Amino acid sequence: MGVVHGQEMVLNIGPQHPATHGVLRLQVKTDGEVISEITPYLGYLHRCFEKHCENVSYEQVIPFTDRCDYLASMTMNFGYVVAMEQLMDIKVNDRVQYIRVIMAELQRIASHLLATGVFGLDLGAFTPFLHMLRDRERIIDLFEMTCGARLLYNYMWVGGLSHDLPKGFVEETLRFLDYFEPKVDEFENLLGHNKIFVERTADIGIMPAEVAINYGVTGPNLRASGIKWDLRKDDPYSVYDRLDFEVPIGLGVKGTVGDSWDRFYVRLQEIRQSINIVRQAIDKLPKDGDVHQSMPKKIRPPKGSIYSRTESPRGDLGYYIESDGSDTPYRLKMRSPAFTALGVLNEIAGGWLMSDVLAILGSLDIVLGEIDR
Amino acid sequence: MTVDYIFDFLTSLLDGLIGSDYLLLLAMLIPCLAIFGFITVYALVVIYAELKVSSFIQDKVGPMGQGVGLHAGKWGLLQPVADALKLLLKEDIIPSSADKPLFILAPFMIFIGAFISFVAIPFGDSIIVADLNIGLFYILGVGSIAVLSLILAGWASNNKWSLYGGMRSAAQIVSYEIPAGLSLIVVIMLAGTLNMQDIITYQAGGLFSWIIFDNPFMPVAFVVYFISAIAETNRTPFDLPESESELVAGFATEYSGMRYAFFFLSEYANMFVVSAVAAAGFLGGWHSPIVGIMDSSAWGVFWMISKTGFLIFVMIWLRWTLPRLRVDQLMNVCWKVFLPLALINIFGVAIWTVVFNS
Repeated sequence: MGVVHGQEMVLNIGPQHPATHGVLRLQVKTDGEVISEITPYLGYLHRCFEKHCENVSYEQVIPFTDRCDYLASMTMNFGYVVAMEQLMDIKVNDRVQYIRVIMAELQRIASHLLATGVFGLDLGAFTPFLHMLRDRERIIDLFEMTCGARLLYNYMWVGGLSHDLPKGFVEETLRFLDYFEPKVDEFENLLGHNKIFVERTADIGIMPAEVAINYGVTGPNLRASGIKWDLRKDDPYSVYDRLDFEVPIGLGVKGTVGDSWDRFYVRLQEIRQSINIVRQAIDKLPKDGDVHQSMPKKIRPPKGSIYSRTESPRGDLGYYIESDGSDTPYRLKMRSPAFTALGVLNEIAGGWLMSDVLAILGSLDIVLGEIDR
Repeated sequence: MTVDYIFDFLTSLLDGLIGSDYLLLLAMLIPCLAIFGFITVYALVVIYAELKVSSFIQDKVGPMGQGVGLHAGKWGLLQPVADALKLLLKEDIIPSSADKPLFILAPFMIFIGAFISFVAIPFGDSIIVADLNIGLFYILGVGSIAVLSLILAGWASNNKWSLYGGMRSAAQIVSYEIPAGLSLIVVIMLAGTLNMQDIITYQAGGLFSWIIFDNPFMPVAFVVYFISAIAETNRTPFDLPESESELVAGFATEYSGMRYAFFFLSEYANMFVVSAVAAAGFLGGWHSPIVGIMDSSAWGVFWMISKTGFLIFVMIWLRWTLPRLRVDQLMNVCWKVFLPLALINIFGVAIWTVVFNS
């Protein structure tokens, strides 16, 4: 392609554009349909998360973490409380740990459902998106049942949880999983093996493993490039070392390893693994245990700092917390997995057609709330 | 119900009262108004159908009348009416940097293209506005006006997204007219006429006299025509000119209110035209599938509308099932698959006709 070269045109995709997943502005240089250079401009959703954290007490940080990645609030809470518990050396009981894992994995399913659905939407497939949204709704209902909120939960607290599981939660979750498991196969058939979908994603936007590592890409995007790196396995936190699950990687089934289709398929397989994890966690969930047992009366960590990372649906979510011994953090820094995923966009999407660039952007599953913070 | 028929009727009714020139004008105006009314009603019905069919496919309920107020009427029947009213009452915005005359002209042109195609569409054995001897050719010809208006809309909006949409539509519609036309040539070869009514009359005698079952090449021709027709009407999986997630709204980005409604209306009108041509050219038009059963003139209208309606339903079905093709894949399908297929079909049908039908 690109035999005939015309005059280059600078085009702004966004900040208000249906395919930018939030308020992202991509400045692209185009020659007809071919896009030669992509420059992302960030900051339209910057809410001073890190600066705010320096002025509120440690427990008040948790609602802010919710609002960073609003599609995976539970795992955002999870990462923060894991960091705080390491900093303060708090041991929480098993019931809390298993409930956290159940919530985080349900959140991962919900987040991946939206990611794959919106990816389909970027390619013009409206129906799979709505089917996935329908099933995501059931997970949101489960969260609502637990903590009353549907999007921003503020559920995991330092040393515990805001509420114990409500009556009937386990049964309702199992009922949902029984209903949902066959649906994953349906999504795979409806979208993943659709001829047009494969044509649009296989061999498109290939991210070789070296590029992914050099740019610090993590999560499903990295695993799609064939690297088996999952913090739940490689640096286990909470009770993940007691659970048995696979880490799916991209195999290049329809094209090359690390193409858009692999990124889609890895997410779909992770949904299956998460279902598996939730089932195991429910089996192992201890009957007794107070979820408020280890909660400190006043959160005042000792002087020192901690960097802790967890596996969010988008990748390695790191929290760096610097404590000066007072009840507010001296400095809090979040390592955003979506930020690095966006960083690699120009590398893997430059030179493709306009439709492909937006498809590749969709396959990276970025959330602007987390990038801009 | 040709213009001549109305003219004769009016002359016999109003003989000597007013001049025959006026009567001719009146005789032409009446079918025009009838077509306009038909398009409006049809658009409301098919928009409602699209909402409901898509809702069924997507596992949601779609427009519903809920509770005491029945917001959109019983079963949401008033939803398309509400949509139309909303578009009518919206502020008319013309971007200050747009090329004003062309910007205003484009929606009219696309509607004219869709509107005048209806003139040669047979709704029944005697219900056709103008039974032209080049009916099929005429429909294909005036159908191409749409592309002019899309380019015009894309260019006049002075918006980069619109320009992309306009350019894409130019490439797409012009390309897909070739396989569509070549597939219809096969029909013309069999029927030996361009007249729409004669093409349908040729297919008299039940299901297996329909052109689609005439010989093994015809189903292929039908599929090539139908897919090309979907591409010509800019619907998913070929909706690249207005691909929502890429080009915002493509050529229609800067249009709002009634001007946008004209694009919208024309899309649905064009869907009817291409489906009606497929129904008339391949599926026996207003003939009943079984000879002697529901075969009268009045039932003819029913058959024609239901065959067309079925094809429109298939279009809606495809739209809500498939993702969108990329622009180069679209062109590949057209030039490397459909065009050779259509050409092979012409040869095949020619040889078949010589060998078996002579």
